[in-house]
Parts: sequence; structure tokens; C-alpha cells
Amino acid sequence: MRQYHKEVIYGLYNDEEILIRAVRNARGKHLEIMDVYTPFPVHGLDHAMGLEESRLHQAGFVYGMLGTLTAFLGMTWIFTRDWPIIFGGKPHWPVPSFIPITFELTVLFAAWGMTITFYTICGLWPGVSNPQLDLRTTDDKFCIAFDRSEVSDSDARAFFSETGAEEVNTKSI
Amino acid sequence: MSVVVSPVRRPLVEGHKTYHQITEDLCAPTERAPSKSWIIAFIISVATLAYGVFCILWTIWMGTGTWNLNRTIGWGYDITNFVWWIGIGHAGTLISAILMLFRQRWRTGVNRAAEAMTIFAVICAALFPMIHVGRIWVVYYFFPYPNTRGPLWPNFNSPLLWDVFAISTYFSVSLLFWYTGLVPDFATIRNRATGFRKKVYNFLSFGWTGSAKHWQRWESLSLVLAGLSTPLVLSVHTIVSFDFATSVIPGWHTTIFPPYFVAGAIFSGFAMVQTLMVITRKILQLEEYITIEHIESMNKVILVTGTIVGVAYLTELFIAWYSGYVYEQFAFFNRAMGVYWWSYFGMMACNVISPQIFWVKKFRRSVFVTFFMSIFVNIGMWFERFVIIATTLARDYLPSSWSYYIPTWVEIGIFIGTIGLFFTFYMIFTRVAPVVAIAEVKHILKAGGDQYIGENAVHHHHDEHHHSETSHH
Repeated sequence: MRQYHKEVIYGLYNDEEILIRAVRNARGKHLEIMDVYTPFPVHGLDHAMGLEESRLHQAGFVYGMLGTLTAFLGMTWIFTRDWPIIFGGKPHWPVPSFIPITFELTVLFAAWGMTITFYTICGLWPGVSNPQLDLRTTDDKFCIAFDRSEVSDSDARAFFSETGAEEVNTKSI
Repeated sequence: MSVVVSPVRRPLVEGHKTYHQITEDLCAPTERAPSKSWIIAFIISVATLAYGVFCILWTIWMGTGTWNLNRTIGWGYDITNFVWWIGIGHAGTLISAILMLFRQRWRTGVNRAAEAMTIFAVICAALFPMIHVGRIWVVYYFFPYPNTRGPLWPNFNSPLLWDVFAISTYFSVSLLFWYTGLVPDFATIRNRATGFRKKVYNFLSFGWTGSAKHWQRWESLSLVLAGLSTPLVLSVHTIVSFDFATSVIPGWHTTIFPPYFVAGAIFSGFAMVQTLMVITRKILQLEEYITIEHIESMNKVILVTGTIVGVAYLTELFIAWYSGYVYEQFAFFNRAMGVYWWSYFGMMACNVISPQIFWVKKFRRSVFVTFFMSIFVNIGMWFERFVIIATTLARDYLPSSWSYYIPTWVEIGIFIGTIGLFFTFYMIFTRVAPVVAIAEVKHILKAGGDQYIGENAVHHHHDEHHHSETSHH
């Protein structure tokens, strides 16, 4: 189990709309949210929290280009430099017939590159156990967590009771 | 909820489900002991698979001479089955990727099972090229790598090599897409499990916590994978069609093949999804998640793609006549009227004529009709590939080498074995993973739950929306 050495106070909500309103409220009060945990992707939550856009797709573009170049330059090198073969009198550099494999490798590199990047930057990997505040956040509870060294318990509890949290707990992770 | 749902939309999740109830319902099949019907079906699947494995080993040990292929008919059951299975695989990616890009909410009920089906179908498909080359122990010659044979590289001009790349890419990208969708749901199961089960699902769920940043990246990844998979799935069957279209065989050498193959692939794939869904929703009691609404939507896709395929058949006939080229004309006359007329008839009846009953809403919404139609379409699409491959080859340019092909018990056994393989994998999947995507169904609940929309709605969007706005200000 990974350790963050953090003291956390968190509130559980029953509905994603109440959660988003609470997140906006916290931002208005300048309470620094440590993290929000939800059982499914809640649209608009990242904007409410002020999270930056993910740049994963830009990484995907770079991986895809890497695949394009690998395929195209690889086939070019093989057919013109390494071992030129004559197939029915056709040219040694048949660009149109390189298109399918170039496309496939573009997709292959982009998909694998992005997926591996995703799991790596999220700290997700087979066998990893990340600390969880409450097991019900993968079921039907929506959780806002504050770091107790950033936000005082009294501020946090006042916030949770104002925004309609069902439960408030503390935990060290 | 600030979602806007058209009043003509019907509910996609029935039974006034809460988020917790969704978790309970969808995790339940993986948590309870297997039912007697599951065990019996599983034993039959594994027995069929075992027979298929025996026939494959027989082929490898004795050689491809145990098949009835000959100099004239070099492709028979092997490539027919290969194309059939790879076509079936296409529906999964279509549902998960293309319908995702089109923001079709009904995909969430069936995408998980359809993607699983894709992966298993591609495994079945990939078996055939590997065994039909005859020497499976050197099958890695397919792939280009620096080697001690020259170095001798494969021919990058060949559609058969393009196929190797297309299918390997398709398989691995589909697997990534499917598994990335499964990770949050495995975490849901993990958090309910205890003991050994918890350890297993902890491993499978990669330490997922549901953090907002992770969800944001997860959605970004899913969207780009969908964007990549969409041209990918179209490319795969296009390239499969190139295996035929780039040859100089009359009846194969046609430019209509790529769109015609892709439409046929989606058509057959949806039929297989229907076959599986009708059984799955019944046995796992998921009728409230895989509703008649889902079945009707898929029947509409079957109707459209079946009609596209029908137009393609007629276009082929017309162009053969219009070309004025006697070999082309003979190829199509031979398909319809030649020795394999029965297979052409089966193809036309099952693929073109029978799906037309789906113009009638009552039939589209009938589970019984859907099930039988899905079997018809599966059979019809198998006949289509058989017509294209065996019929065409049986009557080549030289009448003295004309031949007739019937499969041996080994070829039939391998085909039946792949069906066993497919169902074995699918049945294990229904025990291990949630068949319906838990997180995605929760995500669409407020837009598709029957407490929010439709006749039985108890919450009213406008009121709630108004209320939330006022309380926010």
C-alpha cells in the first residue's frame, strides 16, 4: 500500500449535482481541495475544481507521429537500402502500398503510448494499492477531501454541513 | 441535472435504479455461484473447444492435406471462417467507438459485452491464418524482424501482410480500450470483495480510486482511443477485402469490396451481439439494463447495414453485366446459378430479404424475432464469405481444372471448435467482469433512467434544473 503521510478530513455526498455545487462553494471560499473521488466521470467537475485540461491527447499525437515515421521510414529503408527486391517489375519505393501499414502503426503507437502514459502518470499499475478514503466512493458516494494541514477542521466541518455532506470523517493515508 | 434530453427519448435504464442498486445488480453475476444452466452451457462450450483443439492438432500433425483444399480451391473453410469471425468482431468497436463519438447513450448498455465479443472473435479469426499456412511453428515469419534468412523481409506490397498489421493492431487496441473501461468497474468489485477475491480484483483494478483527475484523463483517453478505433475498424475490413480485391480473379477484382465488406462486417457483428445480448440479459436478469430500447436500436443498425449489403450484391450483378467482360459475367452467373447456387440463395435470403421485416416496429421490439433473425444473419453472412471464396475459385479460367469443394470433418471440427472457443471465453467473461459497464450506466442514469424520463418519470427535469439554479445563486 502506497503511503502519502497525510491527515485528511473528507465529506461524503449522495449526488453529483450537490457535489459540484459544493466544489464551487469551496473554491469561492478559497478552501484548497485535496481531491474529489466519484464513482463515475462527472462532467463539469474538472472545470468546477479548476483542473487543467489533460494534455494526454497531445502526447497521443506525438506517439502517433512516431508510429508513422517508424513504419514509413522502416519500409523505405528495407526496400531501398537493406534488401531491395523486385516484385513483378514494380518500383522499389511503392509509396501507395506503404499507406496501410503506416496507418496501422500510427494507430498502434498512439494507442499504446497514450495508454501506458495514462497509467503511469495516474500511478495505476497491476498490483498497485492506492490509499482509499472510503470504499463506497466506487459505489454511490461522492467524496471531497481536504488536507488537514491546509484546511482547519472547523472550516472543513462548517463547509461540509453547509453544502449538505451526509457524513464527515477523518483518516490518515 | 443540467442534461437536456429530448422528450421523444425512451428510458435506457428501467426500474427506478439508484446508483447503489446499479452496483448491486451489475456486480451480482460475478459474486453469486454459477447457475446450473451456466455450468451446463460451459461444459458444452469447453467440450466443443476441446474437439476443435483436437482437429487443429490433427491438422498440424498430419498437415493441411487433411483438408479438402486443392490446386483449384486454395481457400475454403479456413478463410471463410477467418473473414466471418473478423467481421463479427467489428460490431464491438462500432458500438464502443463510433457510437461514442456520436454520443449515442444507448451504447452504455451493450458496449462492454460487445467489446469482449470483439476480442474473442478476433482471437478465433486469427487462428485460421496461423493454421492454414501449414507450418505453424514458423508462423512468426509473418512479422518483419532482422533475421538470419538474408535478412529477408516480408513483402510490404502484399495485402496479406497488411492484414497481419491490421489485425494485430486491431486486437491490441481493442484490448486496451476494453480493459481501460473495465478498470473502474473492477475497482467497484474490489471494494465490495473480501479475502482472495479482493486480492485478485485489487490486481486487476490497478489501484483505481476514482480521483477527479484520473477520471478526467480516463475520459480524454477513452475519447482519443474511440477516435483512433473508428478509422481503425474501417481499415481492418477494408484491408481484409483487399486480400480479394487486389487479385485478378473475376468476382474478386472489384472496387466495391471495401465498403461492401465493412457494411457486411457491421451487419454480422450486430447480429452476433443480438444473439449474445438476448441470452445474456435473460440468464443474468439484466432486462432493466439491456432493454427493448437497446434491442430496437441494434435492429435498426441491422436493417440499415443489411440493406447496404443488399444494394452491394445488386450493384455487383449490374456492374458484371455492364462491364461487358465475359469472365466477370460468368463469375456472377456461376454464383447465382452454378454448382453452389444454394449458398448464394442462402446468402440472399438471410442477408437481404429477411432483415426487411425490421421495417415493422413490432418485430424490431420482439425479443423472439430478434433472436431468430440474429441467427439467420449469422448464417447468411457465413454463406456470403463462402460464396465469395469457394464458388469463385471452383470455376476458374480453365474448365479442365474446375472442381467442387466440400469440407472434411477436420475443417468442420475446427470451425465448430472456434465457436466453442468463443463461447468459453464469453462465459468466463460473464463470471469475472460486469457484463454491463457500471460506471458508464451510472453516468447516463440522469439522462436515461426511467425515473427521470418517459412515462414513469417521477423527477421533472425543468423543476429540478430551475431549483438547482436558484439555490446556486
